[in-house]
Amino acid sequence: MGKTKVIAALVENKPGVLHSISNMFRRRNFNIESITVGPTEQEDLSRMTITVNGDEKTLEQVVKQMSKLIDVVKVSRLEPENIVTRELALIKVNIPDNKSRSDVINCVEVFRGRVVDVSPASLTMEITGTPDKIDAFLNLMKTYGIMELARTGLTALSRGASSIRVDE
Amino acid sequence: MTKMSGAKALIKSLEKQNVEVMFGILGGALLPIYDHFCNSKIRHILCRHEQGAVHAAEGYARASGKAGVCMATSGPGATNLVTGITNAYMDSSPVIALTGQVPSSGTNTSYMLGRDAFQEADIIGITSPITKHNFQLRSAAEIPRTVKTAFYIATTGRPGPVVIDIPKDTQTEVAEMDFSNGVQIRGYKPKSNPHPLQIRKAAELLAEAERPVILAGGGVITANASFELLRIAELLLAPVATSFMGKGSLPETHPLSLGSIGMHGNPVANKLLCEADVLLAVGTRFSDRSTGKLDSFCAPTKKIHIDIDTAEIGKNVDVDVPIVADAKKALRELYERLAKQLPKKKNSPWTKHVKEAKDHLNPPSKTGPNDLKPKALLQELRKLLPENAIVTTEVGQNQMWAALYFNALKPRTFISSGGLGTMGFGFPASIGARVACPDRPVVDIAGDGSFRMTEQELSTSVIEDIPVIVIVLNNSVLGMVAQWQRMFFKGRYSAVKLGNVPDFVKLAEAYGAQGLRVGSIPEFSKAVKKALKSEVTTVIDVPIALEEDVAPMVPPGCGINEQVGEY
Repeated sequence: MGKTKVIAALVENKPGVLHSISNMFRRRNFNIESITVGPTEQEDLSRMTITVNGDEKTLEQVVKQMSKLIDVVKVSRLEPENIVTRELALIKVNIPDNKSRSDVINCVEVFRGRVVDVSPASLTMEITGTPDKIDAFLNLMKTYGIMELARTGLTALSRGASSIRVDE
Repeated sequence: MTKMSGAKALIKSLEKQNVEVMFGILGGALLPIYDHFCNSKIRHILCRHEQGAVHAAEGYARASGKAGVCMATSGPGATNLVTGITNAYMDSSPVIALTGQVPSSGTNTSYMLGRDAFQEADIIGITSPITKHNFQLRSAAEIPRTVKTAFYIATTGRPGPVVIDIPKDTQTEVAEMDFSNGVQIRGYKPKSNPHPLQIRKAAELLAEAERPVILAGGGVITANASFELLRIAELLLAPVATSFMGKGSLPETHPLSLGSIGMHGNPVANKLLCEADVLLAVGTRFSDRSTGKLDSFCAPTKKIHIDIDTAEIGKNVDVDVPIVADAKKALRELYERLAKQLPKKKNSPWTKHVKEAKDHLNPPSKTGPNDLKPKALLQELRKLLPENAIVTTEVGQNQMWAALYFNALKPRTFISSGGLGTMGFGFPASIGARVACPDRPVVDIAGDGSFRMTEQELSTSVIEDIPVIVIVLNNSVLGMVAQWQRMFFKGRYSAVKLGNVPDFVKLAEAYGAQGLRVGSIPEFSKAVKKALKSEVTTVIDVPIALEEDVAPMVPPGCGINEQVGEY
């Protein structure tokens, strides 16, 4: 197995498109690590960011098979050294006492996260960054006890002026 | 803009696509559409099972080169199409499948989609991995553009099946219809022109080749590129092997023809392909049945691969020169480039070697004239049929015997289920082919196991007056699996014996068709002549021995040059 690779796709913003893409991945035995979908600056297009684990040959097939789907308008491989990637995580941590609370808040500040909800027995934080940074933060939080975790999966854009667009 | 119901707009849209015939079975969810067939010039052929309808549509498509259209009602009607849609997908056939669906909108009580309504099946979800694309209509006004788009997708690029799911409310809804809309699909721009640089690289390789071989696949037939194939083969004096799907792309009696490669390929094709120094593969996807073990498939050979589907390049076999293009255009440009730089090729040690290999590995038949062996029978059939006759096959031994011993002489005259291997395909496909080519004889080479899977279409054939000939190679057994049990499971037969029922002569007669039984080659010959002359649907029952093997064969897991058994 190779390293995780990032693929960005512009797809028609209509029902069933996510199904046909994920169905193709399942059928062809490609392994999705994460997938994020959201609207773009062109309202009839959605952008998907997919991270895939596999060797070079697998990745080439993934891109080709995705391109074959009629509702997939554009597919690009994003080269890791040339992209900005972000992921957002919401983490709820168990807080047994005041000392823990202040320790956790200190950690959040170091990682430039934010506390978004406080209760007598818990703290909920948001943290944004590369998946590695989030992994590191989660590792720290394990000592306090993670009650609940939601990660968005990776999203990415290429650096510089180049962009993936569909010209009308 | 004209105001009309969705049902009427659908028929009109189909007429605008020059649809002449449709195979189908109606049902509750299609009643509004069927009401309009009464006033349409489209011929509707009522089949007896939806699987028959979709295979017939594919037979029509592959014989004519046009899209084949079939229709089935919601729920079980639609799900009965699934095998045939998959078959069309695997063999890249342009098939349009229209399915009825429960109402998708309306008042609270008539809104059914997604509520597990009577005869509701999620045919969009079911067919998403087996179609080139599918559509579910949400309003009547979408119909003209959707139909146009569906035909465009099905017939361009690498062809394939397209499903249009039509909820009943969109059939009855009246809307302003615009038939002038063009097709606009921003995610689908099939490429057809080859890249000049790749053509140059391919030409360089071929010009230097000492032992060139061409491998022609079904794409050559789809692209109507047989002339271009022949011309380049003759220029290079390169022998031509075909994939199973490519059978007929070059006349198999041509001196350069090697027949088809693969598990039950012609030994000379398998042998020479492995000896090539440069392989020009056109319109083929290097399926496992064609290549055998991939590690030993032409490993040292320089490979040029022309295919219209980018995803086929490098999927199974790594190639040196990929050319993503329409086979006809690519072969033409390659020819033009080569013709300029190559002197007229003369016989070389390679052409001599090819000729010797053909003489040695394909000796003339030694069976006696009365021996009812598949080889003799199929060679006799070739003599009895005109060049342009269409042959379909079922799947299994009958199919592989046909591949080995029946010479296809023209493209689109050998129609068989290649990728999916669908038993029961051949007979309904023969009906579709006959509808496409009413002036040419159509013969289904069948086995008793396969024929029984769709034999009910004898009704369709008789009632709709679509005469075809079915030759049942009858060994009362599921022959190919029985052969594998003999070869790889110590001869233990498990669940393969079918018994000697039904009596195929009586079965044919029960449907109002002609039934004949033969016991020798002269009798067979007489029966085929009678069937050809009488122009009624005829079933010829040919009892053959249970132990009859298809040979030679590449055992599973072996390379194609490791074939065992006599041709």
